[in-house]
Amino acid sequence: MATAVHGPGKITELEPFAPGHRACSGCGEALAVRLAAKAIGNNAIIVNATGCMEVVASPFPYTSWRIPWIHTLFENAAAVASGAEAGLKAMEKKGKIPKRNTKIVAFAGDGGTSDIGLQALSGALERGHDFVYICLDNEAYMNTGIQRSSATPYGASTTTSPAGKESLGQTTWKKNMPAIAAAHDIPYVATACPSYHRDLMKKVTKAVETPGPAYIHILSVCPTGWRCPTDDAIKVGRLAIRTGIFPLYEVENGQYKLSLSLTKLEPVENYLKTQGRFRHLTENTIKEIQERVTREYNKLVELSGKSGGEASS
Amino acid sequence: MAKREGLEVSVAVADAAMLSDVDVVSAYPITPQTHIVEHLAELVANGELNAAYIPVESEHSAMSACVGASAVGARTFTATAAQGLELMHEVLYVASAMRYPMVMTVANRALSAPISIWGDHSDAMAVRDTGWIQIFVENGQEAVDNVICGFRIGEDKRVLLPVMVHLDGFALTHVIEPIELPEKKDVERFLPPFKYPLPLDPEKPVTMGALGSPFIYTEVKWAQEINLEKAKDVVLESWQEFGKVFGRTYSPIEQYRTDGAKVLLLTMGSYSETAMVAVDKMRGDGKEIGLLKLRLWRPFPYEELRKAVKDIDVLIVLDRAVSFGGPGGPVCSEIKAALYAEEKRPQVIGFVGGLGGRDISMAGFEEMINRGIEIARTGSEREFEIYGVRE
Ligand SMILES: Cc1ncc(C[n+]2csc(CCOP(=O)(O)OP(=O)(O)O)c2C)c(N)n1
Ligand code: SF4
Ligand SMILES: [Mg+2]
Repeated sequence: MATAVHGPGKITELEPFAPGHRACSGCGEALAVRLAAKAIGNNAIIVNATGCMEVVASPFPYTSWRIPWIHTLFENAAAVASGAEAGLKAMEKKGKIPKRNTKIVAFAGDGGTSDIGLQALSGALERGHDFVYICLDNEAYMNTGIQRSSATPYGASTTTSPAGKESLGQTTWKKNMPAIAAAHDIPYVATACPSYHRDLMKKVTKAVETPGPAYIHILSVCPTGWRCPTDDAIKVGRLAIRTGIFPLYEVENGQYKLSLSLTKLEPVENYLKTQGRFRHLTENTIKEIQERVTREYNKLVELSGKSGGEASS
Repeated sequence: MAKREGLEVSVAVADAAMLSDVDVVSAYPITPQTHIVEHLAELVANGELNAAYIPVESEHSAMSACVGASAVGARTFTATAAQGLELMHEVLYVASAMRYPMVMTVANRALSAPISIWGDHSDAMAVRDTGWIQIFVENGQEAVDNVICGFRIGEDKRVLLPVMVHLDGFALTHVIEPIELPEKKDVERFLPPFKYPLPLDPEKPVTMGALGSPFIYTEVKWAQEINLEKAKDVVLESWQEFGKVFGRTYSPIEQYRTDGAKVLLLTMGSYSETAMVAVDKMRGDGKEIGLLKLRLWRPFPYEELRKAVKDIDVLIVLDRAVSFGGPGGPVCSEIKAALYAEEKRPQVIGFVGGLGGRDISMAGFEEMINRGIEIARTGSEREFEIYGVRE
């Protein structure tokens, strides 16, 4: 038996997503991609929607991708992935190419997923393609200058939901995209955040190993758009989870399971005050957010039969 | 020898895709394209066609999935019409610029509003500049042959471009015509297996669809243009080769009874068949009228056009689409532009007609030609006239 080197802190040195890309400093989304890519490995094809991660990774003639990568448009990552998956399978079946079990992984932002790309995603999930779809959720259209999306949280000020005398910023609650994915009865859905990097990588590995469609929703702190210090992405992400604003969980074959057992949630204020986009919020609004977060979190606890586990960071 | 039999053109088109051994079909139904994709689904379901059939949720996804399939090196086919083609619009540019060969048949249909399921060429003209090779066919046999040719042309290493085969909705898609379906072994002889030079493959990673900054975008577009222009040689070559194997050859512009004609009518698609009958009638009446059928729309056959009209006085062009507020139908204005620099050029008279399934009869063509001759003599108050409109 071969001896494997084992160290508790050791993760793979594989970097399919190379450094040198042009993301802003402290970008949580680039970190999410890097970690996910480590877990995805080399036997994969990446399909990237238009958005920050596409732009920063592929300024011709440079590329950050050491594995095959394709970008075409904003709203069609799931459809392009469908075609690539079906194409490979068909050619393998006909003996035109060897069977290699190559995984197709699509990346898209929250805009590319929960707004303009929702239809294509729903179609691909429903058709049961064997692929992984990763939503990089930085809660706005960052690539075009911090405009609101349906994933922007209540109260956040963006360039198209600006806070003002007559407005508290975003006036709608964040669309529950993982629940929408889960409603397609796909085998695997999970939420993740780079602040819990092992948890994130474990989930991506699981998604890659799951036959059929898998969906992972990654909260990705964007210092530029959230107006927080560039060295705070990990801290802010951790607070999103510890306050229950963005709970970490899995939905395996319809069964919800919390990834962390939080005995007590931290007050949402601790999270909100770290970011300029919430700076204008009044005590009343913060209270409103707190009530909603507690209620939603409790629903999740109930759904998961209180089977919370500890996520490692 | 392949035998000629009565086949619905849509069914024959699907059979042509099957004979071409496609790996992936990704399509969304829209009248009058439906019979093509239904028949393909049936062929896959019956095991006659070994391919992945992706029943996508929209045409935008249909074309996107074709792009994905083509990017991994699969031979890919789709079909659409009208609103479907418009919904695909932005993806069409991607398919050509990123050099993915695939064949799409377009069952030409009018665009909404008002909603109309009937034929004209507004859908085709709206995608004129998408960088695809585009061929207009006149009958079912041409449709079948050009689907097969389409793969050979598009997949040629000198080309690597997607190909659109335009066939008129209903007038072609829904009629039963005598068609000779090629034998499988002959198609295999004519159409080599598809080998995309640089597919998405973990063994040889490539980045496709990188961000093009101002320092490279112009070069990319210029290369694309030169490439499409040069594709004409391969189109001609493939049509010649097709003739050697199957006995039917095609040309960018087909001439019908043009000998000694001073007036020519130019049409595209299935209307050419009625126009031929009208020309026969007028010839019988002693008039020196002929017909040009424009088959290769992109790349535009400048040379062939100039040669075909060099000795005539009047060229009457029938457009089945309107360029609103512009100089006339898109085909006519393009032909005018193509002839502008010629020392000796005919008068070009434009008509728009046959919109949204409005039929033009044999007598109608005769009337249009006569009116065209009159306009050439006396002029018209308008840049172009619309044929057969009720005031
Ligand atoms: C059809 C279309 N509409 C709009 C755009 C402009 N656009 C490009 S990226 C983008 C926003 C991307 O937001 P998101 O998906 O959240 O990704 P992020 O940049 O935030 O990572 C927009 C609106 C586009 N490229 N295509
Ligand atoms: S705008 Fe935000 S998501 Fe985009 S690169 Fe900068 S930090 Fe990353
Ligand atoms: Mg975003």
